[in-house]
Amino acid sequence: MNRRSDFPIFHAHPDLVYLDSGATTHKPRGVIDAISHCYSSSYGTVHRGIYDLSVQSTNQYNQAREAVKRYMNASSSRNILFTRGTTDSINLAAFGYLDHRLETGDEILITEVEHHANFVPWQQLAKRHNIDLKFAPIDDDGSFNMNVFKEYVTPKTKMIAVTHISNVLGTIFPVQEIATLAKENGSVLLIDGAQAIAHQAVDMQALAPDFYCFSGHKMYGPSGIGICYASDAVIDEMQPISFGGDMIETVKKEGTTFTQPPLKFEAGTPPIVEAIGLHAAIDYVSSIGLSDIQAHEDALTHHALSELSGIDWVSVLGKAKHRSSTISFNVDGIHPHDLGTILDSDNIAVRVGHHCAQPTMTRFNVPATARVSFGVYNQHSDIDRLVQSLYHAREVFGL
Amino acid sequence: MSLKKLYQQVLLDHNKNPRNFHVIDHATHYAHGVNPLCGDDYHLFITIENNRIVNIGFHGNGCAISKSVSSMMTEHVMNKSVTEVIQIKDQFIDLMTNELTDESATHLLGHLTLFETVKDFPIRVKCATLIWRALEAALSNELSKKVSTE
Repeated sequence: MNRRSDFPIFHAHPDLVYLDSGATTHKPRGVIDAISHCYSSSYGTVHRGIYDLSVQSTNQYNQAREAVKRYMNASSSRNILFTRGTTDSINLAAFGYLDHRLETGDEILITEVEHHANFVPWQQLAKRHNIDLKFAPIDDDGSFNMNVFKEYVTPKTKMIAVTHISNVLGTIFPVQEIATLAKENGSVLLIDGAQAIAHQAVDMQALAPDFYCFSGHKMYGPSGIGICYASDAVIDEMQPISFGGDMIETVKKEGTTFTQPPLKFEAGTPPIVEAIGLHAAIDYVSSIGLSDIQAHEDALTHHALSELSGIDWVSVLGKAKHRSSTISFNVDGIHPHDLGTILDSDNIAVRVGHHCAQPTMTRFNVPATARVSFGVYNQHSDIDRLVQSLYHAREVFGL
Repeated sequence: MSLKKLYQQVLLDHNKNPRNFHVIDHATHYAHGVNPLCGDDYHLFITIENNRIVNIGFHGNGCAISKSVSSMMTEHVMNKSVTEVIQIKDQFIDLMTNELTDESATHLLGHLTLFETVKDFPIRVKCATLIWRALEAALSNELSKKVSTE
């Protein structure tokens, strides 16, 4: 697979090796064109205007929701809520649903390797309600341990919120098993799908979580748009956390009634063009096919891991068998920030730092790591360039 | 933007063998400097007697730039008066954002002027200023200060 030429960024930067798709992906021409085309020829506000442009935008906005529904195999577009991104989606689940459902003695269960987006909202809720937030541990090699996880699930577990794929370790969580466990226990389940959505197919009807959250910008779509999938079981129990236009039915001085989902949770002018761009991204990913994307990225991951594990001054963090294409590592004697600067001087973009997962860093006793993650535009030669640059970094540091 | 100029030998030496890299028990002044975005994290301990820094040490974690700046800063301010150290601190922070033209400034900073190249890597300026912000907080004379570069 060689999709590099689909992405204008590589025309502007022919020498760029981009290894930070886990943070954000670049945009294929189709997505950029869809956004540009909308603003140039069919843009108007949605759900309000009587005029033609508004009708066109409204249709496209609704079609985007349908496209997301099909992409996730959700049963209805009513369950697809547009948000600003994964963080916004998880906050909607936390404060629009769980906040008013919690009772004294309830517990929320997450893992110790969650992204801050799937950590801080629950911590705030737990604090607000004075209840326990529990952290299921992860094995030393970064594997998810179902037997250990089960011990943390109790009759008091009101909510389970886990990542689908770890943004630091690359571990793929057994979400289907977790969903079964949550159901048996009567716990509400949220899955943070930010790192999964561009890499493998997800099926809401088969998986049947209560919430599944992701961002458009990590799947070749625009920034500023995300999805909160909310199941039938929870969506009618949710309360809006943002109020204003578009989410209302009637407004009187005496009081206001709200409209039905999904619009009930989309107050104000929504991210119209971002939704249309997301639709184009879904079309792009679907045109390649997620199974081909997965096979391509698995091959890259295999190549990268075999190269990196062959260097004795490189240590890879997270060696779960069931893993995705996110690889964290450290180079002996070079702090990840210095490494990032040196790789950048060789036109290689990687993420360095704590990856918005400080508790994960604490768990594995490292202050920071370097991280590479792949997308459809990456080639084996990108990994070879990375390895070459790691040797360059050692040379700069006189090691 | 020369990488070799950024990571020159003296900086790498201070990174590998940081000077005054230790905790000081019963320090009179202390601050904790953190860059929450990248995780650089240092504790700075100072003992001041008669308005003069008689001992200074730091401890913690961070990149080569933040660590070597911290190391060289401690050497540079040791046994200097608080008034002079504040001038040096201001001059260093100025160096990170402006061209160095003033000769007296060069004199004040000494070897620390080698960090002028950090300016060419704007994303790393915070690495170089972190310990100076901690110094600023510590000298403001209250114990248990925490500063952040974000």
